Amino acid sequence: MAQIKNRLTPFFENITFDRDDNELVLNFGPQHPSAHGQLRLMLHLQQEQIVKAHPDVGYLHRGMEKMAENMIYNEFMPTTDRMDYIASSSNNYGFALAVEKLVGLEVPRRAKVIRMMLLEINRLMSHLFWLATTALDIGAMTVFLYAFREREYLMDIIEGYCGARLTHSAIRIGGVPLDIQDTFIDQLKNFLDNFPQAIKDYEDLLDKNRIWLMRMEEVGVISTEMALSWGCSGPMLRASGVAWDIRKDEPYELYDEVEFRVPWSDKGDNYARYRVYMEEMRESAKILYQTIDMYKKTQINNQTELMAHSPKYISAPKLDIMTQNYSLMQHFVLVTQGMRPPVGEVYIATESPKGELGYFINSQGGAYPYRLKIRAPSFWHTGILTDLLPGHYIPDVVSIIGTTNIVFGEVDR
Amino acid sequence: MRAYKAKGDVQAKPYYTDRYWVAPQVAKFDVESDEVFAKDLEVIKSKFDVLEAFIQVEQMTVFIKPEDNYRVLELLKNELEYTQLSEMSAIDFLETRDGFEVFYQMLSMNKRKRVRIKMFIKNGVAVNSVEKLFRSADWSEREMFDMFGIEANDHPFMKRILMPYDWQGYPLLKSYPLQGDEFASWYEVDKIFGKEAREEIGPEIRDTATIDRYDSERFARLGHEVPKGTKITGNEPKVTQSYQEDGGVFLIKKLDRDNSKVIDDPQR
Repeated sequence: MAQIKNRLTPFFENITFDRDDNELVLNFGPQHPSAHGQLRLMLHLQQEQIVKAHPDVGYLHRGMEKMAENMIYNEFMPTTDRMDYIASSSNNYGFALAVEKLVGLEVPRRAKVIRMMLLEINRLMSHLFWLATTALDIGAMTVFLYAFREREYLMDIIEGYCGARLTHSAIRIGGVPLDIQDTFIDQLKNFLDNFPQAIKDYEDLLDKNRIWLMRMEEVGVISTEMALSWGCSGPMLRASGVAWDIRKDEPYELYDEVEFRVPWSDKGDNYARYRVYMEEMRESAKILYQTIDMYKKTQINNQTELMAHSPKYISAPKLDIMTQNYSLMQHFVLVTQGMRPPVGEVYIATESPKGELGYFINSQGGAYPYRLKIRAPSFWHTGILTDLLPGHYIPDVVSIIGTTNIVFGEVDR
Repeated sequence: MRAYKAKGDVQAKPYYTDRYWVAPQVAKFDVESDEVFAKDLEVIKSKFDVLEAFIQVEQMTVFIKPEDNYRVLELLKNELEYTQLSEMSAIDFLETRDGFEVFYQMLSMNKRKRVRIKMFIKNGVAVNSVEKLFRSADWSEREMFDMFGIEANDHPFMKRILMPYDWQGYPLLKSYPLQGDEFASWYEVDKIFGKEAREEIGPEIRDTATIDRYDSERFARLGHEVPKGTKITGNEPKVTQSYQEDGGVFLIKKLDRDNSKVIDDPQR
């Protein structure tokens, strides 16, 4: 039966159901504790086996791309926090980097080091959150509590830096607004020294846990072709046999100066993803140790600048604004009218904790972006459920959603 | 004379733009300057019409004809090792050029290169779906349809993805206001109660800072409090209220209205 457009009655009245089989349609979500947000899954079931899955998203759609087109570039920064709110600095960073590439800014070294610290702390926070919630979904309450404890230390460090725990906005276009506080390094070192033991604790609880293995091994297998075709990135891709990490392969910031491995697996199942996440936490800790040394080196070399110097696009330091007339005028224009990047296009991908976070900006030379497209990794990690879930059983849905690590602020934008 | 406002573009505009200001360009480089891109472009050129190609911010942009999109992407995927379609969407140029620019952002992991395939389509023209090549296009093409109304031929499920299925209008068009159109502002009312209930229910208050002084149901009458549900005439006396903690607050003296002086003149 054809659908009648513009009819006021709800559209689903026009669908006819063929009841010639035993299929049951189960509506999973949009409010479901293990859906990690507003995910609605329409599952067609034969007994307990899924024969067709239809993910439905959009419950958290706020129209960020539209908002971006009606804002100056700096104004949009706090909005990016609300995408992947588990690791908001990585969103800030992706946007800042895209604009910097568009206008061609060179960020001072100390700002780069601080950004890398923030990014890696965010990655740890995100991975710990992932571990906690996934373990909770599977039923491992202890891991949830342990992982949240460690995450809390990191949030304290971030809170000391920028005052916010979740929505940091700690990165600006052109650098960072503040130097790290005096206690930052000590706190971070203290955390990092105890962190390997914490990871070991999680692994002792999970690695050989019978229930964990039953729920994880050979469940939700994503082949390499499928992962590539669905645009998977980050741990999802690395667990499916592609050792692709943007930090390593297309280095941005100072990632080419630090040493770290890219953990990957060719199994492609939930357990492989779990292992990749755990190993990545270790690598992040390694990077953080190195950034501490890099930061100390900038202190020795007296590289104190935190924002790029570019009067056309970036406000002068506070001292100049307060003492020099021209800096004040520049600052006023940049705050009220906003910077006007040159005409052109840029697509910049960064490795966010979830995967490839890309910002596509089309600038027509105005103060507002003409088009800003956000490539959020979780969008495709949700889409893949269409092909991934069929053949699995209902309990597997929970563990698969868990390991895809989707965040709906990012999926719906 | 009233300033001309383009109806096809109702987006916010900066309040001031210098009339002599000329926007600079992001540098475009010749494709020949990069070996890998030059080879790739050679292969594409040998089989398809390339309207324009250049390198901008380390990535190659290739403009192709819209009817070639499937076969060009097939070539990129199968022969040139661009194995992932990381992103695709459109840019609205309806006001200036009566059409859209559709872009496909491709990634080659072996070459560590990214290529952007772009094409211009006229308003109302559908594109060929590339969903058969890249499953990720399934959702991106739905999103493009949802946001711009550009349909993809041969797509298995051409429905809206982020907006409700029965939505009208395409939110990312430049002609779509940021606050939403009439359909958007009455969507819930129309759907749940019907159009005739619009007057009774009234428009949705989108400004969260709004204070309605005749509203006795909510906390909107500070200083003019009345019992809940009271019909308000507008002549109630101002309630003098003072909030003070019982034990007093450190450094804050107890307010004594009778002994305090009220400054009425804002100019002092």
